[in-house]
Amino acid sequence: MNAEQILFILFGAVSLIGAIAVISFRHPIYSALSLIVTFFAQAGLFILLGAHFVAAVQVIVYAGAIMVLFLFVIMLLNLGTLSVKGALGGKLKGFAIILGILFAAEGIYIAVNSLNDTAVASAESTAAAVTTTTYDIGELLFSKYLLPFEVTSLILLAALIGVIVLVKRDSQEES
Amino acid sequence: MENSQLLVLILSSIGKILIIVHLLLIGVMAMIWSERRVSGWMQDRLGPNRVGFQGILQPIADGLKFLFKEDIIPDHVDKPLYVLAPAMLLVPAMVTIAVVPFGSAITILGHEIPLQIADINIGVLYILAVTSLGVYGVVLGAWASNNKYSLLGGLRSSAQMISYELTLGLAIIGILMLTSSLSLREIAKAQGAYPWEWNFLIHFPAFLAFTTAMFAETNRLPFDLAEAEQELVAGYHTEYSSMKFAMFFMAEYMNMIVGSTVVVTLFLGGWHFFGLENMGGPVWSGLISFGIFFVKTAIFLFVFIWVRWTLPRFRYDQLMNFGWKFLMPVALSSIVVTGTLWITTGSRLIVGIGNVVSAFIVASIVAGLLVMKTPKPTIQDSDNQLTPTALDAIE
Repeated sequence: MNAEQILFILFGAVSLIGAIAVISFRHPIYSALSLIVTFFAQAGLFILLGAHFVAAVQVIVYAGAIMVLFLFVIMLLNLGTLSVKGALGGKLKGFAIILGILFAAEGIYIAVNSLNDTAVASAESTAAAVTTTTYDIGELLFSKYLLPFEVTSLILLAALIGVIVLVKRDSQEES
Repeated sequence: MENSQLLVLILSSIGKILIIVHLLLIGVMAMIWSERRVSGWMQDRLGPNRVGFQGILQPIADGLKFLFKEDIIPDHVDKPLYVLAPAMLLVPAMVTIAVVPFGSAITILGHEIPLQIADINIGVLYILAVTSLGVYGVVLGAWASNNKYSLLGGLRSSAQMISYELTLGLAIIGILMLTSSLSLREIAKAQGAYPWEWNFLIHFPAFLAFTTAMFAETNRLPFDLAEAEQELVAGYHTEYSSMKFAMFFMAEYMNMIVGSTVVVTLFLGGWHFFGLENMGGPVWSGLISFGIFFVKTAIFLFVFIWVRWTLPRFRYDQLMNFGWKFLMPVALSSIVVTGTLWITTGSRLIVGIGNVVSAFIVASIVAGLLVMKTPKPTIQDSDNQLTPTALDAIE
């Protein structure tokens, strides 16, 4: 076992434990914190794959920005401990079961496929060969994927304008 | 990689980490002393001068006092997070230094050792990522204290940190475009030996925006609303005592030191100073470059204290307006202007002049709009919406 494999097992284990903790904790703040731990472990996995830029962006966007907003909402709404049986149980139970079965099926499918070694082998070979730098990503974004990139930024702009319109209407009604 | 090279890499890394972490901790102590002494000097009083020569051992006395104080954990707090929060603030403050190059390179026994703990190719992004994590310590400490003042302080501080992070990130982009690298070592190297070749002149508006955002990120005056004593007792660390309280303070000073090193690297030429860094042999030039970097950082830290006693605290709405409506447009305009002028002319001089001109135009437009838009607060409005303290501030 080389260093890379040990690190992979470490990050994978932390990310799994974090993910389980998200749904096991009763208090939403602790769930949110566990999710941050998972994001960090995933950033570590990205670094192992040679995708440094993606790892940094993962931490900046998810751990640094989105989860802070999660915490804000949880604190401002002052949510107490939640239990599955109480608030969410009845209505969402069927939905949860269907989603659970779907995810389980996906997991089994991937596990069975990886037994054939093809998926894992190809992933390993690409990881060993390529260390993606920010330069490469920039090059790709502004040449091959220019149109999708611009479309994405338009979608974000639309969301931005939508938020401003919503907030504006509220403040006008108040005054 | 050969085994001997690997050994050198590991040993030198451990050595560098030990030296830098201890320098950082000593730096915190030096900052506590110099902050109090410089404050005293600026207010025409003495400051602590009893313990040791000129009071230089005062931080050690303070530290011992903190250690021997009773470590109170109030009954009503959320215990795990309450204990974790100071560490969550201190760790991000500390690990940022890992990517900052604090000198050129030293050659020892035929091995060239770069004076930097880790030269990673996403250095700038790493700094942005790590600084964005500092918010958690503040927010969780505030929330876990289960105290209204703490929570208000924490919310203020985190809103402020999130807002100013944007400016922090945007202000760097101009530099990245000219250097075409995210590695801090490359950015420091790209700046020449003379002050007029450093980034702060080419990107002057971005430099000001970045420095301002840095003050906001470290929660220093004039942006210390998180711990506004008159309104919030002590803000997010009201409920903390003993060494946990001290850790919050250490984190603040550490953020200042690390922030200064980042500013020096990005804008003030890193370890360059009139070619002095190339003097002497392979060993001396490395040490001299480290000395230059050290002095530059110290000067910038003095500015931190200087500003504290020069500018009064902002009001909260002023803070948000300033961050979003003033600093952000200036930083954005600097990106557009730098990009266009660099592509079309390729001259650093023109980019520098264009940046200043565009920042001036944007700033005056924004200032004009803000003055026209802001309704003057009437007494009736104030009675309904503003707290007595805010009312005092207006009058």
